[in-house]
Formats: sequence, structure tokens, C-alpha cells
Amino acid sequence: MKRRDFLLALLALLALWQVLAWLVNQPILPDPWRVFGALIQETLSGDLPIHFLASLWRVVASTLLSILLAAPAGLVLGQSQRLNRLFTPIIYLLYPIPKVVFVPVLLLFFGIGDLSKILVIFLILFFQILVLVRDQAAALRPELILSVRSLGAGRRALFRFVYLPASLPGILTALRQSIGTAVAVLYVAELFATRVGLGYYIYFQGSTLLNYPAMYAGILAMSFLGLGLYFLVDGLERRLCRWQVR
Amino acid sequence: MLEFRQVTFQYRHGAPLFLNFNWRVEKGDAWAVLGPSGCGKSTLLALAAGLLFPTQGQVLVEGQPLTRPRPHTGLIIQDYGLLPWATVRENAALGLRVRNLYGADGIHAPKDYVPRTDVTHWLERLGLLEVAGHFPAQISGGQRQRTAIARTLALEPDLLLMDEPFSSLDAPTREGLQSLVMELWADQHLTLVLVTHAIEEAAMVGKRILVLGNPPNTQALVLDNPGAGEAHYRATPEYQAICQFLREALNRT
Repeated sequence: MKRRDFLLALLALLALWQVLAWLVNQPILPDPWRVFGALIQETLSGDLPIHFLASLWRVVASTLLSILLAAPAGLVLGQSQRLNRLFTPIIYLLYPIPKVVFVPVLLLFFGIGDLSKILVIFLILFFQILVLVRDQAAALRPELILSVRSLGAGRRALFRFVYLPASLPGILTALRQSIGTAVAVLYVAELFATRVGLGYYIYFQGSTLLNYPAMYAGILAMSFLGLGLYFLVDGLERRLCRWQVR
Repeated sequence: MLEFRQVTFQYRHGAPLFLNFNWRVEKGDAWAVLGPSGCGKSTLLALAAGLLFPTQGQVLVEGQPLTRPRPHTGLIIQDYGLLPWATVRENAALGLRVRNLYGADGIHAPKDYVPRTDVTHWLERLGLLEVAGHFPAQISGGQRQRTAIARTLALEPDLLLMDEPFSSLDAPTREGLQSLVMELWADQHLTLVLVTHAIEEAAMVGKRILVLGNPPNTQALVLDNPGAGEAHYRATPEYQAICQFLREALNRT
């Protein structure tokens, strides 16, 4: 995608928004300029940054947690047919369950702090990464490992030169595919029992304070959060997985 | 250089592939190991590389029983040996980077190893400089196999083991690489063992040829083929005669 096309698409969307705002002509849909004004104001003198950082922290923490647990588990399952046979039915059953329905359960078990919110996102990312890394590791041919071993590689070198780079595409693809879902679920999780986070902020501005420009500013902030993370993962994938013909 | 002494080998649930098998490779030899599929020739190579161990008997390299892959032994397999996510240059330097990771510990790298990563010399020698920045999926089969050779030679082996290295390549590429291997064998003072199922390849590369039959292999059938590796050997009557002999030997097994 060219940068110019990207900017043109952005402008088109803004124009569409402006037109809709004119047509609706009600406070529940302010035009982009008022919303950007609110965004700047809420960022500089309001507490939007605190909510943004709270949400960012929850996404980043759960992402790191799921990579740290799912990637090694995926590598082990991908390399051991016996373990994979054992766990495949379990993963098969758990994978399609919409994890967002566990929000109330996790709240009951882990309380109203950050942990329950981090765990919801973790549940989504964990299975995505697990499955993709497992498949990637299973595609590693034994001949490849044998030939790297014949160069003198022991466990440490195999990890560094084979297993780690082999699991990277799986991790990044899983993140790219599920970061949007993760942010969506974060919004839902932040509606419950919390006073920080963009989900809470959007809901509070919209339904309690009836400050619609600020509500839209919160929606924009949440979109930036999702977009930023998506771009980050996409960029990493481009840089680190150049070898994969996409 | 390499000796199989009373070697018996079987996979866990299989019949023995080798039974009290004896075989000696002298320093500087160029051997071809020929046999039908399932005869145990790849197993023979894995045993020589220290990736498998005999059920009974011993495999010795320079008089020492093998207990693990040895830093001075190079192994090249048919395909799949290159890292798909690394460029030709990175692949060629992989063995060196593995050694750099461990340092000169005598196990993963020779005791006198000096850390380095530059493989330009080998890329040049094997005609790979132009594709040094390409990934394995972007180059031809012959270039991939030359990358594998560069990677192994960069480690300066004295014993080079090759398992069906050229069987997936087309005939002109294969013949070019066979000549290249014989050149490298001569100017790097290598001891060479090349496993193949192709009669012509065995006759072209093996100054001595070991013929394996249906398992279990007990007696080594060895054939001298002094003309191998010479430029126009393919056109000589000796070459034809060797090929004919090998064909009959394979049919008997």
C-alpha cells in the first residue's frame, strides 16, 4: 500500500464523516473538527491519557504474557506428535469458544483489578498463537534440524537459529489477526467494574456526562490503540519475515 | 580416517540393516556408496556423522569412537538443509555462527577455532555472490545445493559426507556439481563419502565404490575406480565398464 493511497483513504473517511454529521445535524454525531478539538483538549487538560495508558498496559501485558506462554507450548506441541495428539482435541474444543463470554467469570474469580482484564485478552491471544506456532513448528522438517545439528548445533544453537526464528511468523501472524479482537474485548472488559481504561471512559462520557465530542475522542483513542498495535505488528512482520512470500 | 568395526545397527522395531559390518575409509579417499533405496546407505552416513550410534560394534574417526557429531566432519543432505528464513549469505555462515555461539570448546567447535563470520570467499568460490542476499526459495536447486556446500566448507572439514546431494537436480546441473565436488575434494584435501542411488554418479565421483545390497549388509562389496573425477572420464570405456558392472551388482542384490 502506498502512503499516498493511505492518506487519500483517510481523507475520504473524514469527508464521509463530515457529510454524515451535516445530514444528521444532532449533538450525538459531532463533526470531525469538534471531535479532534475535544481529543486535543482531553489529552492536554483532561484525563484521557491516563485511560489510554491503562488500556495500553492491559493489551501489552496480556500480549507479552500470551507470547511467553503460548510460543513455547506451540513449539513443544509442534515437535512432539504424542503430546500434540493428546492436546489437539482439547484445543479443538476450546479454540472456537468466544472468550469474551468469560469476562463475568474472570471478574468473579480474579476480582475487579487489571488481572481479570489482562486474562480475557490473554485467553484470546493464547490460543491463536498456540495454534499458529504449533503448525509452523510441525512444518519444520526433521532433516533441517538434523542438518543444523551436523553443523555442531546443540540445544542452545537450535533454539537460537531454528526454533526462535521458526516461531516468529506464527506469533506475528497470530497477533496481526487477533489484535483487533483483543482491543474489542478490552472495551467490553473495561465496561465492568473499573474506573480507568478507554472502555470505561467512552461509556462514562457518552452515557453519564453526555459529552459526545469527548466520547468520540475516546473512540478515536481506542481506534488509535488498535491501529497503532496493528501497524507495529505489521511492520515487525515485514522486517523480520521478509523470507515469507506473501 | 573412518572405520566401521563389527558394526551392527537396527532401528528400534526393525530388522538389522548392518550385521558385523566392517569398512575402512583412508585419509584423502573419495568414496561413493551405492545401493537401492532401503539398503541402509543414509543410515551408514548418519552413523559416520555421529548422528546415530551402532547397536553393537564401533564407528571410529581418526581412531576415536564417535560419541557425538564431530566438528571436523561436514554433512550435506539432499534438500531441506537450508534455513528458509535466512539469506544465502546467512545460511552459508550458519555453521560459523553456531560455533561463535559456543566458542572453541572442542565439542561444538574445534579447540583452535577463531571466531569469524565472513563467508565471502566461499560464496565467490561457489559462484553465489550474486544471490548472496536471496532467500533459499528464490534461488535454483543447484544454487541451494551450492549454498549447502559453502556452509559446510566454511567450517573447513577434513571429512565430507554427502547424502544424495544432487538427486533432485537436473542432469547438467548435477554433472556440473559433481565436477565441482571433485575439484573441491582435490584442492581442500578432503576425505569424501558420497551416498547415491545413481550408478553414473557413483562411477563419476567414487574413486572407490561401496555397493550395499538388501539388508542386512555384512560383507562390504568394494570396487576400485581410479579414473573417477577426471575431466573426460564419462567418455572412456573404463567408465562404461564400471557402470555396467555396478548395474549387474545392483541387479543381483
